[in-house]
Amino acid sequence: MPSAVTSEDDVRLRMSGVRKRFGGVVALDGVDLEVRAGEIHALVGENGAGKSTLMKVLSGAHRPDAGIMRLDGLHYAPAGPIEARRRGIAMIYQELTLAPRLTIEQNIMLGRESRLGGRFGVIRGREAGLRVRSALERLGRPDLDPRRRVSTLGAADRQLVEIARALVEEARIVVFDEPTSSIGRNEVENLFKVVRRLRDEGVAVVYISHFLEEIRALGDRYTVLRDGRSVATGRVPGTRESDLIEAMLGRRVEQLYPKSRRVPGEPLLELEGVAGIRLPRRASAVLHRGEILGVGGLVGSGRSELLRLIQGLEPVRSGLIGLAVLAEGRLLDLTRCSPRRALAHGLGLLSEDRKNEGVALRLPIAFNTTLSRLGGGGLASRFGLFRRSALSAATNRMRDRLSIQSTGPWQPAGELSGGNQQKVALARLLHHGCDLLLLDEPTRGVDVGSKAQIYALLDELAGSGTAIITVCSHVPELLGLCDRVAVMHRGELGRARPAADWSEQTVLEAALLGEIGEEAA
Amino acid sequence: MSASGTNDVVDTSPPRAMRGLLHLLGPFIGLIVVVGIFSILAPESFLTTRNLEKVAVQSVVVGLGAIGMTFVIISGGIDLSVGSVIALACTVTGWSLDKGASTPVALLCGTGSGLVCGLLNGTAVTLLRIAPFIVTLGMLGIARGLAKGISGQQPIRVDPEASAWFSSDWLLDRDWFITAPAVWFMIGTALLAGFLLRNTAFGVYTFAIGSNEQTARLCGVPVRMMKILLYGLCGLFAGLAGVVLFGRLGLGDPTAASGMELQIIAAVVIGGASLAGGEGRILGTVLGVFMLILLETGCNLYGAANYVQEILIGLIIVIAVAIDSLRHRRDPG
Repeated sequence: MPSAVTSEDDVRLRMSGVRKRFGGVVALDGVDLEVRAGEIHALVGENGAGKSTLMKVLSGAHRPDAGIMRLDGLHYAPAGPIEARRRGIAMIYQELTLAPRLTIEQNIMLGRESRLGGRFGVIRGREAGLRVRSALERLGRPDLDPRRRVSTLGAADRQLVEIARALVEEARIVVFDEPTSSIGRNEVENLFKVVRRLRDEGVAVVYISHFLEEIRALGDRYTVLRDGRSVATGRVPGTRESDLIEAMLGRRVEQLYPKSRRVPGEPLLELEGVAGIRLPRRASAVLHRGEILGVGGLVGSGRSELLRLIQGLEPVRSGLIGLAVLAEGRLLDLTRCSPRRALAHGLGLLSEDRKNEGVALRLPIAFNTTLSRLGGGGLASRFGLFRRSALSAATNRMRDRLSIQSTGPWQPAGELSGGNQQKVALARLLHHGCDLLLLDEPTRGVDVGSKAQIYALLDELAGSGTAIITVCSHVPELLGLCDRVAVMHRGELGRARPAADWSEQTVLEAALLGEIGEEAA
Repeated sequence: MSASGTNDVVDTSPPRAMRGLLHLLGPFIGLIVVVGIFSILAPESFLTTRNLEKVAVQSVVVGLGAIGMTFVIISGGIDLSVGSVIALACTVTGWSLDKGASTPVALLCGTGSGLVCGLLNGTAVTLLRIAPFIVTLGMLGIARGLAKGISGQQPIRVDPEASAWFSSDWLLDRDWFITAPAVWFMIGTALLAGFLLRNTAFGVYTFAIGSNEQTARLCGVPVRMMKILLYGLCGLFAGLAGVVLFGRLGLGDPTAASGMELQIIAAVVIGGASLAGGEGRILGTVLGVFMLILLETGCNLYGAANYVQEILIGLIIVIAVAIDSLRHRRDPG
């Protein structure tokens, strides 16, 4: 166990009093950060707290307005990213930055050909190959062929290639910026191994994450940023989760998952043996008004597909989706329904893929909020005309209700932080007046503060009679938020049971093995 | 919250009108520069009422085509067939007059042929799921071929009596309120198109599809129907442009307007639209059209060779797009 020895000699990086302004916005307002060799230092904070800006200062992309940085005790003020790289600082970004058509080796050696190359830019292939191979070996993947094209690799292996690049550069500080957001759940454990291995080799690791579970599993020490200031630092073991959250938010969160007393109403949606083209294979359930039904299970087990079938975004192969229509007292068949008609019946889906589907990033917030119901709610007169002032007013009402931080209704949604984008996507469902919400990972990539707000909102909605199905990978959230929980295993949806009857253990077992020996009912 | 750049983070709602004006600054400055240069190069002929009027009349054909194209480009599509469709509409108008049709019937046939081509484009793009580039490249050939077939490869000469409304009453009647009626018609359609884009659900849907088609579908936007309508609209405008072209030429020429689609797309892009979709303005497009036509007539007046014109237009397109991408780089997020 490499320990975080408190000796001055081990301090690899010290940033003190770092400040940075962009125009009138203070992004960093005096940050102190101390990272030691051979430790994993977790950098935590809400979106907009200044984590990314701080790392851009470290990697030479931004120049600080004030503050001192020392690397191995030497003065450090990089003129640009190239100098930062030469001094041994490597960044692993959220969005991976590889050229897919090139091979692993070409990607790793990209920009370094000149130093390894012979005269006239001819690359000395053998030496490059050796270096790449040894880097992959150090990462525990000697089986990866350096001549493979990156486009044939999955997200997790691509990330590995990025890390290998850092190793070839002989990086002394490696910064991981939310590394788990781009890879699957089962690949996370392997990533953790790699990160620990780097630490054990004496690299100073800075690990940025929203997820407290990851910090607990991985971090040696932590620094919390809030509003551009470093507000707390310490050792991860021995620090309570609630203290971390309090430091991030600057206030106490009484209860992350509020659960007011809810009385489920009459059934609203019935699923009977629903199957899609590939997934899910069989799903049956009944959803009541005023109830939150959670769907657990592994990524890829068919949970998202189930929600998309119900909304009409993907075709149904067999089975029945029945929606109770109150006025007519009958079941309406939704199996051949378009997304447009499903919306008209009050079904609304929150996509798990915020960037590509959930929000139109170039469209202003106002249109994102009202797009599904431009023609209604007093916004539009006949002939599809609308008044912009009415759109602004409706958007501002939603902004206040969901505390969306924006400069105004006409700001492009792409300029917002992830948490605020998610709130805009939710605002659209509220504006539409949906009474059946299909939520796919509603809090993924969302900061803790926004998470608490989203939980409170869902609780309030359920309390007023909205029926909600939520797909959720984080088991404590699943159990804390939902009234009943069903687990999907290889496309088969298990029986829904009250959340109180589940434990984290049993949910995981059901997700991995299916529900064995359960056929009692 | 570094993302908001120099804007105040507190709700100041940066005035939308200001933002819009900033976007139009590029094409506007370009227009002024072109006017300035030719006023110096050809001082006695360029800034004359006669020349400006000529410019206005000449810009009608490209202008109408570009208005329709703006819709398609905002939605993230492209229509390469407009040049051919304009020629087809021009030929059909002449052909129907030649066959003894009355003025209104010929007008309907001309614009109708454009509309049909556009609707076919839209249908192929949505139902057959072929990339717009390919579909409209196909239509480029088909429409041109049809025009040649109808006319028997020869320009259709029409009795001046029969085509009087198209060539003089409508287009060239200078006494009619300052400039020709066709120019007013184009200005009117531009205003209408701008209103359609900014103030109706149709317009917002167009931006939504160009910005993110998946989101649009999720939000219940009838994406297929919208696309068919958008290409139909583009075809309709090309049809109108063809009818105007017929008036200017006085004959149904199947080889007219060849390569005009590139001029039209250039005007839209110079006007600030993004070929990636989700961005564009009618006013910008109109400025872009004027700029291109002024450049053309200016070069003619100055006596510059045709190839100089082509080089200049090429340069302007590249510069316009470069300015646009610079602006995007400055906008964070």
